[in-house]
Amino acid sequence: MTNHWIDMKNADVVMICGSNAVENHPIAARWVMKAKENGAVVLSCDPRYTRTTAFSDHYCKLRSGTDIAFVNGIINYTLQNDRIQHEYVRHYTNATFLLNPGYGFADGLFAGYDEATRSYEKSKWAYELDAQGVPKRDMTMQHPRCVLQVMKKFFARYDVDTVCNITGSPKDVYRKICDIYTSTWAPDRVGVWLYAMGTTQHSHGTQNIRSYAVLQLLLGNIGLAGGGVNAMRGESNVQGSTDMALLYHILPGYLAAPAAAMQNLSTYLEKVTPKSNDPLSANWWQNYPKYMTSLLKAWYGDHARKDNDFAYGYVPKATGNHSYMALVEAMHAGTIKGLFCFGMNPAVGGPNSSRAREAMGKLDWMVAIDLFETDSSVFWKRPGADPSTINTEVFLLPAAASMEKEGSVANSGRWCQWRYKAVEPAGDAKSDAWIVTQLVAGLKKAYSSGGAFPQPIQHLTWDYGQDTDAHGEPDIHRVAKEINGYFTQDREIDGKTWKAGDQAPGFALLQADGSTACGAWIYCGSYPGPNKTDNRLARREKSDPTKDPLGMHPNWSWCWPVNRRILYNRASVDAQGQPWDPKRAVVRWNADAKKWEGDVPDGPWPPGAKLPFIMRPEGVGCLFAAALADGPFPEHYEPVESPVRNAMSAVQYNPACKVWDLKSIGDSKEFPIVATTYRVCEHWQAGAMTRNMPWLVELVPDVFVELSPDLARRKGIRTGDWVRVRSKRGEMKARALVTNRFETLFVAGSLVDQIGIPWHWGFAGLATGDSANLLTANVGDPNTFIPEFKAFLCDVAKA
Amino acid sequence: MEISRRHFLAGTGAAGTGALFESLGLSLRPSVAFAETAQPRRGKITTTICPFCGVGCGQIVEVRDGRVANIEGDPDHPINEGSVCSKGAALYQVAQNERRLRKIRYRKPGAREWEALSWDRAIPMIVERVRKTRDATWVGQRDGLTLNHTTGIACLGGAALDTEECYLLAKAMRSLGVIWLEHQARI
Repeated sequence: MTNHWIDMKNADVVMICGSNAVENHPIAARWVMKAKENGAVVLSCDPRYTRTTAFSDHYCKLRSGTDIAFVNGIINYTLQNDRIQHEYVRHYTNATFLLNPGYGFADGLFAGYDEATRSYEKSKWAYELDAQGVPKRDMTMQHPRCVLQVMKKFFARYDVDTVCNITGSPKDVYRKICDIYTSTWAPDRVGVWLYAMGTTQHSHGTQNIRSYAVLQLLLGNIGLAGGGVNAMRGESNVQGSTDMALLYHILPGYLAAPAAAMQNLSTYLEKVTPKSNDPLSANWWQNYPKYMTSLLKAWYGDHARKDNDFAYGYVPKATGNHSYMALVEAMHAGTIKGLFCFGMNPAVGGPNSSRAREAMGKLDWMVAIDLFETDSSVFWKRPGADPSTINTEVFLLPAAASMEKEGSVANSGRWCQWRYKAVEPAGDAKSDAWIVTQLVAGLKKAYSSGGAFPQPIQHLTWDYGQDTDAHGEPDIHRVAKEINGYFTQDREIDGKTWKAGDQAPGFALLQADGSTACGAWIYCGSYPGPNKTDNRLARREKSDPTKDPLGMHPNWSWCWPVNRRILYNRASVDAQGQPWDPKRAVVRWNADAKKWEGDVPDGPWPPGAKLPFIMRPEGVGCLFAAALADGPFPEHYEPVESPVRNAMSAVQYNPACKVWDLKSIGDSKEFPIVATTYRVCEHWQAGAMTRNMPWLVELVPDVFVELSPDLARRKGIRTGDWVRVRSKRGEMKARALVTNRFETLFVAGSLVDQIGIPWHWGFAGLATGDSANLLTANVGDPNTFIPEFKAFLCDVAKA
Repeated sequence: MEISRRHFLAGTGAAGTGALFESLGLSLRPSVAFAETAQPRRGKITTTICPFCGVGCGQIVEVRDGRVANIEGDPDHPINEGSVCSKGAALYQVAQNERRLRKIRYRKPGAREWEALSWDRAIPMIVERVRKTRDATWVGQRDGLTLNHTTGIACLGGAALDTEECYLLAKAMRSLGVIWLEHQARI
């Protein structure tokens, strides 16, 4: 999230699209209700009439998988009706930047497409530079190659008729949505865009979010209280686990995982550190070398030295796509021999899950660490499997629950909050920290006398007091202090002397010469002193609402980076540092005192000294973004499985998306119905916890499929019937729930049915049922490789 | 953090300043009223954060005789102000649940059922398998490039772990040369 949960109350218009927040984030949704009580208008745009819709002022339906057409139409409405926040767009976005003459777009493809590799040569999308290497700008925004003019032409194709013909939305309702949301272009009106997996889980999921960012920038809604682009995250610490880089492509703090071509630290840093010749650009990522060196020092201590490239060679080099779906394929192919599952349930949670279940049977060994017996841990005794033919050795280790250990979790708003140990873990259960520590200790011993490249294990720092603890438990405060970072030697910076062992006060003081160690630079400042009282994650001081009417609570927990509660907040003020809307001041420049007041600003410079989007080398927000794999603007393509032809171009689906197995893609003749998946309040994710909790099981015991009365009548299905849902990948049984929440849509001249299935169920646990992911396709977005869970084809019949 | 109910209220001044909150549309009356009428707590109180979705609601855990006796919303928490959803309200059943794993379960290749295993045996067995797989699938160099990774070990999960645990896991797995490192954020 750019903003945070409480901040939703500050909005004038709340758009909830690609999320059912009232169902899945119900407590946060109360801040939407506060906004409504304050006069805000709430919009719900969704394939289904949800609990969120019931709370909203206006509802617009759309076909699942057509979000880009839907939002591009709002962008077009904004441009056609001149509803842009002019000063913001001119100074804080790249609307004024000139594009190279090589850029172009024709019939669904941007310049630079290579059909053989299904990828783009992105250099075609570069800015035109002046003699100093700074992008050329036309501050009048009239040049035919400036971004604003190029985008006007691009988005003009998305008129209301064209959009509604694709999405199936009623035109009058759609126009109303356009009108209400774009009213937030006024400097003293703000709109917030809330989304979740309904947006991301598509073969064009990243471009879905890009469309929100483009719109929010045009309306001047980024950086402001009550604004932003906010991903509502579904797991208590999926923010923290991403910050700590449990993903193949990153290292902690969003540093790039080294690729094979980056053979030493200098080639790595040359490749990943962005450059800017614009003196107005802060280009904060120019500090990359400090963060990477400090990470290597945290991991390898005295063995990370300048003369050995700070042990950069110890970090594995990636040789391609190692994302989740590729991982399952490698497991299925027998390449992967051993698997750890720390509180994850791929037998239920991944796409085409029968393939994941089969793949686990090809492993030599699997170690699952969990609170309950998960579906994944008993994949070998799933219905239809013969255990005697499955030769995977399985360890299922009991883990401590959240109230049985100490540590922090980061919520969607980047608030890192400390939890305390209330009781000892159940039975023999142990914290994940203890389990990892024991494995590392065992491996250090095993590799003390050799083995394949033993140095990274031998030299790995692991000084958390586990050897002196009676139970071998690592001191989690020591871990938190390492994540924060510390000085490794005495160092003088700007006249102040820091002693070896001093905690680093903030990432501005991290160094590239090895004098600092830091586990995750974005967390630097979270634990700036040696004592437990220095742990800022544990702070519990609420603000006086008269002094903090926006509800930012700066002394409650700690929020990365540098306790900044609203990201890009330099964009919330004009060139003089005064807020666009004085009633909602996030930051404000006090010209007399020559200092910023309010939230922690994006950098200390006075107003106008630096451009506001400090993480971008351009220094401004990107309406046109050359960074993504599938185009600088969001363009509508159909989902990989779709019942209709793409009305926008001859390119049917995202030309850069990843399809693992074309044979597993279904045809609309055999599978004419659009299906999507979602969750219910009473269950959580793949169900490993909630399907074992009797109170919740009693509330929602069975898997069900929601379908419209019209479709049900044609299929002879009534509520309560068992039905069979089939896709090209597999089939499942579920109870029918016939409901007006789904309606047959009129799309491209024909009728399209949609159904929906909650995906929490599996074959293990107290409440069992078929997994919706038996039906979903292993097809992925080309930027994130997230699967297309939210739009696929199926057919339904009475069982 | 161990704090008493009295300390809770004193810490925020909520009991005396409910009207102040209400003037800003933030009604604390229900939670304050509840706090004033609730039974005196007999147990030890700690705060926690709900382990389900990403909202980060505050909860209070009450422990009696070494067992969790109750879990409820924390009225002093600024995000949820005492409210919790159906999952949060059932968190007690994560702490007290006969279905929780209490022992290690181990399944031999081809076996139909679990058998028991102690930590003292399990950790060395897992270490041995990691070492064997890592050494057998180690790629030090390929095509003249130094890769230093294992193609044979994958690690999934982490979104339910604490941040510090995630950091330890990333640090350990990367140092083992693991490139198949993924979790819920991807899917």
